[in-house]
Amino acid sequence: MKIAGSFLLLLIAVSGFMVVRTRDVTAQTLALSFYGLLLAVMFFFFQAPDVALSQIVVGAVALPLIIMLAIARMKHKEKTKSSEGGQ
Amino acid sequence: MNVKWRLGMFFIAGAFFLFFYLIAAKNLPPWGHYRGPYGDVISSLSVYQRHATDVVNAIDYDYRGFDTLGEEFILFTSIIGVMLLLRDPKLKGGAAESDEGLSKTVKVSAGGLFGITLIFGLYVCTHGQLTPGGGFQGGVIVATAFMLVYIAENLKRFKAIASHPLMEVLEALGAALYALVGVSALAVGLPFLTNWIPLGTTGDVLSSGTIAVISASVGLEVATGFILLSYTYLQDIVSGREE
Repeated sequence: MKIAGSFLLLLIAVSGFMVVRTRDVTAQTLALSFYGLLLAVMFFFFQAPDVALSQIVVGAVALPLIIMLAIARMKHKEKTKSSEGGQ
Repeated sequence: MNVKWRLGMFFIAGAFFLFFYLIAAKNLPPWGHYRGPYGDVISSLSVYQRHATDVVNAIDYDYRGFDTLGEEFILFTSIIGVMLLLRDPKLKGGAAESDEGLSKTVKVSAGGLFGITLIFGLYVCTHGQLTPGGGFQGGVIVATAFMLVYIAENLKRFKAIASHPLMEVLEALGAALYALVGVSALAVGLPFLTNWIPLGTTGDVLSSGTIAVISASVGLEVATGFILLSYTYLQDIVSGREE
């Protein structure tokens, strides 16, 4: 159990590093969602199922959704700007 | 800084990390071993004092209910803040009706998942005092079910649900109900937020007194709040407002 716990913590450290390492914002959001899911697994493993449930819905669903919407907003703005510039 | 330097920095930082990681992994407490006094005390007390089998909810909505009241109003005011900042989008029209990229498979499976997600969310909301979960977690799951409506149908259908005046009324009602439960204790002559409703049988859905009521009201507030939040964002994207 101790080995499984330390392996899980290492996995979280690596995936946190990979979130920073990802350069494309859309892919980065998906990586962040996966990282949130891993955190939820960690909370569940260390016997905090309530926190794990919150982490699943907030870290893996709500936060990436809000970031995705913000990215969509920015991309849409860029598109309208470039199309206006072309005319 | 060139690539060689950066790699060197990475290996130095990595060596430091590995060193401290190995120390931490070695001194990790054995699995399931709890090293504080309060957890054991409250675990043994909460079933007798509050008839709630999920201790986390008994703490959240009863033992430290006043803090949770403050936290709920933080969420309430931040949602109001977002709606205020992104209010009144001047509809330019013709902007991205952003459901063009979704395939029929995605739409049909989202439609099929709606009912299951909604029921699961309501289950988590109402069984917070018995099993892990409670108002906050269940509320966000319910809100996710309504976002599936947007995926399965389109923004127009989602708008019909989310921009309904009832949504805002329900959100305010959810927030108010928590405070009202607290005030109701004053009305019967007890301190604010005292658990005065009969506790019922341990293990029943309608047990644990005010904990179940507060959990349901938090669920209502969080679910409607998150629906309003996502609708406000979506509306802002589609309207394509220029600053």
